[in-house]
Amino acid sequence: MAHERNIGDTILSVDQISLSFGGVKALSNISFAVKEHEVFAIIGPNGAGKSSMLNCINGFYHPQEGTITFKGNTRRQVRPSEAARQGIARTFQNIALFNGMSTLDNIMTGRNTKMNKGIFWQALRFGPAEKEEMEHRAVVERVIDFLEIEAIRKTAVGTLPYGLQKRVELGRALAAEPDLLLLDEPMAGMNLEEKQDMCRFILDVNDEFGTTIVLIEHDMGVVMDISDRVVVLDYGKKLAEGTPDEVRTNQDVIDAYLGVSHDDEEA
Amino acid sequence: MLFLLETVISGLMAGVMYALVALGFVLIFKASGIFNFAQGVFALFAGLALYDFIATDGWFYELFGFALPVWLGIIATMGVMIIVAWLVEFLVLRHLVNQEPIILFMSTIGLAYFLEGLGDILFGSDVKPLDIGLPQGASDYLLDNFNLYVEKLEVVAAVVAAVLVVVLAIFFQKTRIGRALRAVADDHQAALSVGISLRTIWVIVWSVSGFVALVAGVMWGSKSGIQFSLSLIALKALPVLILGGFTSVPGAIIGGLIIGVGEKVAEVFAGPYVGGAIENWFAYVLALGFLLIRPQGLFGEKIIERV
Repeated sequence: MAHERNIGDTILSVDQISLSFGGVKALSNISFAVKEHEVFAIIGPNGAGKSSMLNCINGFYHPQEGTITFKGNTRRQVRPSEAARQGIARTFQNIALFNGMSTLDNIMTGRNTKMNKGIFWQALRFGPAEKEEMEHRAVVERVIDFLEIEAIRKTAVGTLPYGLQKRVELGRALAAEPDLLLLDEPMAGMNLEEKQDMCRFILDVNDEFGTTIVLIEHDMGVVMDISDRVVVLDYGKKLAEGTPDEVRTNQDVIDAYLGVSHDDEEA
Repeated sequence: MLFLLETVISGLMAGVMYALVALGFVLIFKASGIFNFAQGVFALFAGLALYDFIATDGWFYELFGFALPVWLGIIATMGVMIIVAWLVEFLVLRHLVNQEPIILFMSTIGLAYFLEGLGDILFGSDVKPLDIGLPQGASDYLLDNFNLYVEKLEVVAAVVAAVLVVVLAIFFQKTRIGRALRAVADDHQAALSVGISLRTIWVIVWSVSGFVALVAGVMWGSKSGIQFSLSLIALKALPVLILGGFTSVPGAIIGGLIIGVGEKVAEVFAGPYVGGAIENWFAYVLALGFLLIRPQGLFGEKIIERV
C-alpha cells in the first residue's frame, strides 16, 4: 500500500462489459469496481484490451454488452462529451494535444464543460462572458502552478519536448476538476526523472483534490508503487484483481505476464 | 498620381469584397480543417434567399401576399443559413467523421453543385438587383474636395469587413467557443475528451460562415446584382487564402486587399503591354509565387512537425 487516504464508496463500476470489433473480441465479460479516492491500475500485456476499457469508460467505444455505472448513473452507451460533463477526464497513450495552441489555451479547453455563457456574449466577449473567462483563467493558472509549467505558458505545445507535452495533457485533464481521471500510459517513453515527477503529480492530485484515478501503465515498478488496487487483463479477459501484493503472487498472473519478467522491469 | 491613387482605392475596395468571401473559407478551415468549396455558393444562396424575402416577385410574396422589411428579411435569411448549416452537419459531416481532408473537400464540391442547383430551382436563374437601402453612387464629399471617385457602397463594405474581422478575431482567440473551434480543428478525439461536442461545434461554425456568406452576398448583390457568377468568386478567394494563410482571419483581409490592389494596378499599368486581361490571372500567379516562398501564407500558423 502506497499511502494512507480515506477510500470511499464505489464511484465507478464496470459490469459484464463485452466489446468486439467485427469478429475480434477486444473485451469479454469484464467487471470491476473502483472506489472513490483510489488509485486503480489496469495492467496486462500488449493487446490485452486496456485502452479499449478506458475508451468504453469515457464513451469513445460503445460496448455491445454490459453496463458502466458512474456516480450512480448506469449506462451502456454514453457520448464522450456527456462523460466529460459527468466528471470524467482523460489523457491519451499517444499525446492528443491541440498542437497549434499555446499551453494556456490547451489547458483552458479543459474548462470547456464548466463554462456556459451563451454564444451571443461569446461573440462579443463582453459582459458575462468576459467575467467568466477571467474566473476560469484563475483556475487554469492554479493548475499551471501545480504542474510547475509556468515557463511554457505561452509556448505552442507542438514545439515542447515529449515529457512536457505529457504534463500539459495532464493539466488539461485536471483543469476540468474531474471526479475520475483516466490516464493511458502516463509514463510511456519518459526517462527516470520524468517518471518520478509524473508519479509525484499523480499522487499529489489524488491526495490534494481527492480525485479518483484509473491508470494504465507498463512500468511494473511504478504500478506496484502507486496503486491501491490492480486489475489484470489478458486477451480481453480479466485474470485477477486485488492489491499489488495479491496480484504479484497470483499464479495466473505470473504465468501470463509477470512470470516472464522481473518485478521491477528496467526503469 | 491621382489616377494611381484612384486605381489603388478601387483595388482596395475590390479586395474587401474578395476578403469577405475568403473569410468564410478561413472560418470553416480553422475550425474543421475542411476547405469548403461551397462557400461562394453559400454567398449566392444567402443573397437569393434574402432577395426572395424582401422582393415582390419572389415565393415569399406569392405565398403570403407581402414582402418582409429589410431587417426582418436579413434575420429570416440568417435563419435559413442556420438551417442549411444544420442540414450540412446532419446529412454530410456526421457521416464523415475522422475521414481524410480530401474526402471532406470532395463532399463540399458536391454540396456546392447541389446548392447551386437548388438555388436555381427555387429562385430562378436571372440576375436579381438587390436593394437593401445601402448608399449607392460616388461619394460627393471626396469627389468635390479631392477630385477622387470612390463608391459609397465600397466604403460601407470596407467598414463592415473591418468590424467583422475584429469581432471574429476576438471570438476565435479569446472565448470558450473559439477555443473549442480551434481544438476541434486540431484533434477530434482530444476535443471530445474535454467535453466538446463535435456536432454542436460544426453547426456553430457552419452557421457563422453562413453569416459571413450572407454579408458577402449582400455586398456583392448590392454591387452587381445577385447572379450565379457569384459562386465563381469562390475561386478568386483561393489565391487570397494562399497569400493570407488559410488559418488567419486578418490574413484573409490583408490577402484580399493585396490581390485586389495588385490586379487593378497591374491591369492599368502593365495591361496595355500584354494585351490586357491581367486581372484574370494575376491573383493566381501571385499565389503560385507565394507557395514557393512562404507556403503557410503571410499570417498562417506555422506547420509544426516533429520527426
